[in-house]
Amino acid sequence: MVPSIFAGLPAAPERRRATPLWRRAFAYWCFQFARTWRSTLTASVVYPTLYLAALGVGLGSLVDRHLGATSGSAGLDGVTYLRYVAPGILAGSVMQIAVNESTYPVMAATKWVHTYDAMLATPLRVLDVLAGHVGFVLLRLVVTSATFCAIAAGFGALVSPEAVLAVPAAVLTGLAFAAPVMAFAVTQERDSGFSVIHRLFVVPLFLFSGSFFPISQLPGFLQAVAVVTPLYHGVALCRACTLGRLWTLASLGHAAYLVALATAGWAAARVTFRRRLAP
Amino acid sequence: MSGGPPVVVSARGLRKEFGEFVAVDGVDFDIVRGEVFGFLGPNGAGKTSTMRMIACMSPPSGGVLRVRGMDPAHDGPAIRAGIGLVPQDDALDLELSVLDNLLIYGRYFDLPRRAVRERALRLLEFAQLSERAGAKVDSLSGGMRRRLTIARALISGPELVILDEPTTGLDPQARHLVWERLYRLKQEGVTLVVTTHYMDEAEQLCDRLVVMDGGRIAAAGSPRALIDEHVSREVLEVRLADDTYAAAAEQIAKVTERVELLADRLCCYGEDGDTMLAELHALGHRPTSVLVRRASLEDVFLRLTGRRLTD
Amino acid sequence: MSTVTGPASTARRAGPSAPARLRRALHIVERNFQVYRRGWIYFVSGFLEPFFYLLSIGVGLSHLVGDVRVGGQVVSYTLFVAPGLLASSAMNGAIFDTTYNLFFKLKVAHTYDAVLATPLGTADVALGEIGWALARGMTYAVAFLGVMAALGLVGSPWAILCLPGAALVSLAFAATGMAATSYMTSWQDLDGVFLAMLPMFLFSGTFYPLTVYPGAIAELVRITPLYQGVALLRALDTGTVSWSLLWHVAYLAALGGVGAVVTARRLRRLLAP
Repeated sequence: MVPSIFAGLPAAPERRRATPLWRRAFAYWCFQFARTWRSTLTASVVYPTLYLAALGVGLGSLVDRHLGATSGSAGLDGVTYLRYVAPGILAGSVMQIAVNESTYPVMAATKWVHTYDAMLATPLRVLDVLAGHVGFVLLRLVVTSATFCAIAAGFGALVSPEAVLAVPAAVLTGLAFAAPVMAFAVTQERDSGFSVIHRLFVVPLFLFSGSFFPISQLPGFLQAVAVVTPLYHGVALCRACTLGRLWTLASLGHAAYLVALATAGWAAARVTFRRRLAP
Repeated sequence: MSGGPPVVVSARGLRKEFGEFVAVDGVDFDIVRGEVFGFLGPNGAGKTSTMRMIACMSPPSGGVLRVRGMDPAHDGPAIRAGIGLVPQDDALDLELSVLDNLLIYGRYFDLPRRAVRERALRLLEFAQLSERAGAKVDSLSGGMRRRLTIARALISGPELVILDEPTTGLDPQARHLVWERLYRLKQEGVTLVVTTHYMDEAEQLCDRLVVMDGGRIAAAGSPRALIDEHVSREVLEVRLADDTYAAAAEQIAKVTERVELLADRLCCYGEDGDTMLAELHALGHRPTSVLVRRASLEDVFLRLTGRRLTD
Repeated sequence: MSTVTGPASTARRAGPSAPARLRRALHIVERNFQVYRRGWIYFVSGFLEPFFYLLSIGVGLSHLVGDVRVGGQVVSYTLFVAPGLLASSAMNGAIFDTTYNLFFKLKVAHTYDAVLATPLGTADVALGEIGWALARGMTYAVAFLGVMAALGLVGSPWAILCLPGAALVSLAFAATGMAATSYMTSWQDLDGVFLAMLPMFLFSGTFYPLTVYPGAIAELVRITPLYQGVALLRALDTGTVSWSLLWHVAYLAALGGVGAVVTARRLRRLLAP
């Protein structure tokens, strides 16, 4: 319609196959990222590298000296502290990025900028809106994990060729956080809950899930708590990849836990997104 | 062929409930191609809920709704491909430029990049925003943002454009500019659905409208027909010294068609305002302020519901 | 028309007296307190991060690191880490309200527009905000020191001076944070705050002694503000005091002073040009 406004323009050519609806939402987030990638990427790569340098190398020199470890001989879990800590930092940072991307941007899209509403007035459905955003978060996680693994390899922190599987392991860890957190974030009216989530869940998980020291150092009941939290499994899975100890039943258990959490989170998100966006 | 242009939107017994709360309580209407159809009513009347159902963004709780000949429950994406929505709160991305807002929206419709860009530039001309193409949206005035939102709604070349309170919050000059652009769209043959609580907007724009209140339709028809049917030709508004209102109302009601006692004045309905004023004087009242005007949709709403549109 | 002269008008022209200035600044402190009365959970949760680090890296790693040499003494790793985190605690308490929150008040909420229509001036605002940050930093420090005492991590009677020491750390960071934020123009600039704080937190000798670094790097770290605070508080807590600690005191006090002056000037430029 509107013939005179578009007079003279060629009619929009028929595509052979229409772009899937969710990909159109995904394209939007990529467009936004292309505008802001410098600051977000530097943060998500620089900060974990700083942890690796300070704790892996700096603190690592103290730990290795105390435990009599040098590259290759006995130490924490049989390796130098740097190699012990690198997968822990990988999983921990991936968790932080996943939570960050699943909280404030979701609230912005729901409430402040109304991005989701704009999308839903077009052929896109709620499922496409959700899938497009989750797809973008996954992309972020892949890029960050891969970059960090490259940096860690440069530090000499990655032992085995299976370390390349740490990237999908880390992405799975991140997804296990992103899906349920997004399901929660879309229900919120104020962002005050997010900083509480960060301080009361993200930071303790980051510090007590086996990233920096084995959870056997925790008192008994806290060990039991740690074992049911997602980051513990993410750290364990990533460490199994980077230390070349992947093909065990325990790894299968860790992966299964993360897959289950991600799936449950996705199912919950489908419900909460629909409830909030198309009531 | 059966008579009359095709029906673009058809509703029978349309309902919307949010838990216990009933926002839309069984409404019927037909919207034909090429007309400007209005939903007039105060805040909370159920207009926005109805709009969202027509735009296939909210599933009806009951009743039958057909948009562009299709059922929203099954064909939402296909229906929305031919609709443009101008929401009440714009939903523009303030951080992006004017042009970028159009470009990203067009991509949701799977328009090729070049086509989107060409259309966007034409639409900026239509919205008289061409010089601001690169400006960030948060630097635009309210009226400019609304024109941008209207332009955005047209990017896919829709046959139906839905506008939810298009001139709320705009200054008079901006309002007239928006009306003028909408009128141009109507001339192009686009079907427009407008919700508003401004009676002047309803009278100026709409070919037909329904009056909504409390989730129900109180009346339907063209603005002229509604006024002719429900209220008299002229209205005399007077303010009296206190305490005499009730007495005055009783007396005047005998010589006019109707009297409405509002919080701060008296509205007398009749064929001729000056005649009613003379009667008032004859009865010994000395109004402190007097206004004679033609009856409007506001009076229709007052007649039907006992309340003002802008309460 | 009579010209008003005399002692009263002279006092008006000379500016408010010190007690009056202090009273005015306290109004700002009181306002922030009222805000946090409602949002007390943010106040409290800001304390938790260094506390968690103490339990995690300080305690969890203590068996893996063994003992560390401080000055002439040998202490447990936990006792080594604790004063470093105490300094961080004082820094954290001071920094949020003087950076992110300050930017919000200046650029988004325009909170001070209403304040400046009262007898308060921009110098009072600067003083008041620094005062509030100091109060918040000190609250965290007192609480953290209490935790340290409960865990048996107070190594000497000198540790009582950690409180004024922490106050200096809070002051230095509050003033510097405010001064830096007063130059910022967009939310992206604020990323610089965290980009400065995180390396300081990780590399300033909180988790391991500077002897880990090669000489040149160790010297570089020595001149950063958080290290100065860490060194001061660690020496006090372990009892390895000497007159050289006064250099740390002077450094932090100077940073605080310069920052306060710059802040006052910048606020005047921004709010009452």
